[in-house]
Amino acid sequence: MGKKGKKKPRLLQGNEAIVEGALAAGCSFFAGYPITPASEISEILAYRLPQVGGTFIQMEDEIASIGAVIGASLAGAKSMTATSGPGFSLMQENLGFACVAEVPCVIVNVMRGGPSTGLPTNPSQGDVMQSRWGTHGDHPIIVLAPSSVHDSFEVTVKAFNFSERYRTPVIVLSDEVVAHTRETVMLPEPDEVEVLDRIKPTMPPEWYIPYEDTSRGVPPMGIFGDGYRYHVTGLIHDIRGFPTARADEIEPFMKRIHRKISQHFHDIQIVKHFLTEDAEVLVIAYGSVARSAKRAVLDAREMGVKAGLLQLVTLYPFPRTDVVEAIRNMRVVLVPEMNMGQISREVKRVNEGMSRVATLNRIDGGMITPQQIYEWLIKE
Amino acid sequence: MGERYEICLSGSGGQGLILAGIILAEAAGVHEKKHVAQSQSYGPEARGGASKAEVVISDEEIDYPMATRLDLLLAMNQKSSDSFYFDLKPEGTLVVDSTFVTQTPTTKAIRIPFTELARKELGKEMVANIIALGALATLTKVVSLKALEAAVLARVPKGTEELNRKALQLGSKAAKRILKEREPEAILGHGPNHEDTPYE
Repeated sequence: MGKKGKKKPRLLQGNEAIVEGALAAGCSFFAGYPITPASEISEILAYRLPQVGGTFIQMEDEIASIGAVIGASLAGAKSMTATSGPGFSLMQENLGFACVAEVPCVIVNVMRGGPSTGLPTNPSQGDVMQSRWGTHGDHPIIVLAPSSVHDSFEVTVKAFNFSERYRTPVIVLSDEVVAHTRETVMLPEPDEVEVLDRIKPTMPPEWYIPYEDTSRGVPPMGIFGDGYRYHVTGLIHDIRGFPTARADEIEPFMKRIHRKISQHFHDIQIVKHFLTEDAEVLVIAYGSVARSAKRAVLDAREMGVKAGLLQLVTLYPFPRTDVVEAIRNMRVVLVPEMNMGQISREVKRVNEGMSRVATLNRIDGGMITPQQIYEWLIKE
Repeated sequence: MGERYEICLSGSGGQGLILAGIILAEAAGVHEKKHVAQSQSYGPEARGGASKAEVVISDEEIDYPMATRLDLLLAMNQKSSDSFYFDLKPEGTLVVDSTFVTQTPTTKAIRIPFTELARKELGKEMVANIIALGALATLTKVVSLKALEAAVLARVPKGTEELNRKALQLGSKAAKRILKEREPEAILGHGPNHEDTPYE
């Protein structure tokens, strides 16, 4: 503790905290193309990565960026890219490739107003469904949403750990407010951060079966150049990595890539409770809106309204158990979002008539204020 | 200072308002160990367009990071003075760059020609933002000049330290002149007449 007390707080932006989180988690490769409001991540990593022996490449576009990230990860580097809506759209095809080839990587999407070029400098939460279903086909994915500068650090470390542990792309879904707000933070020392690495094969290379099932559903990952040769393809493949059209190989593969996420829901699904124990009115929020919600809940409590907040850090896999548990005894649930209603649909889906789910949507390029949520809370 | 003190630095893109916001936040947060949140909004243009930086300073952890009701507004052009004045608390402080703001919405407004001072006294318009910071700190004591100077010197490019130090002093001096002319309470708005309407 004595050591901690001496440490100076730092004034950091959400984007800077993502960089710090990535470096703390062991990121050694970044390929990207600058875009507001995610540019600072590239800008700082261009300077910081070479200092730690890592590699930074500015690619010709976002398609190439995620391609390079996948390649670097197959070669053993913890890899990341960062973009915003328009770039994230371009990345969708290769994102699916990373899902099917089971390549760990972290994709940061700092949401801005959309669709299309939209509102480059305004906040939004319009990419929630895209982050879940943007790439085609049935695929599992992990999506995490930070709400503050400190959160940005923690969530990025978690994103790397999840991607390595489950061999899957992980999306960090930040937004313009979280990304550009500066706050004083005390970041943990490197030895205080839990860092997980991918599991490598231990058998002799000639015995290695690259996509063989394990109890965790995650096969050990051979590193290119280590002598573990295998075939990587976007086609559905057999346990040796070669394309297959056999039903008895396709189904086990598809089931395994879903199971490796679903049997670890307890590890992946992160939520934060704030004054929910005795609450009668619940706000479910994520990203920067969770901060407005926190203020609104406190103000509403002062007016005698028993309000609480359930903050979703993991958006996907959707933390169904936690949400159901939280809304079961609520009179009413409010889901404020800077979109036309995306997570609110998920809440309604799992609600199954237990409580009334209301929405509060803002799509004018502005941030949802505590006042907006508060006014709704005291009316209820 | 109360629990939460909200500041908005506004003007047009290129006047260095976001940098000024970062410096102010660093002075309060890193050097004076308060809780701070600094946010900004600006247009897609590199220069021109509206630009503002907000700084929230608090003794407690800050949940909502943006300003809602301002205690202090710096307006570096007419448009921002007109549009953000209405976010100011009745007892809040309005400081304008009188180089560009010719019409103030209240007679309580403090008028200092930051850009003109920068141009005439220091030969560089770009330090108008630092002059303004020196004035704000002196007028409102929102941060100490010592913390502010440390924060400024940590952020500005090497070789410009002396220029920026001079700019801070210039701003501080201009503010002291104002403080001499007026009752400090009238400026800070905490004086006996603070319930009077500011819409004179």
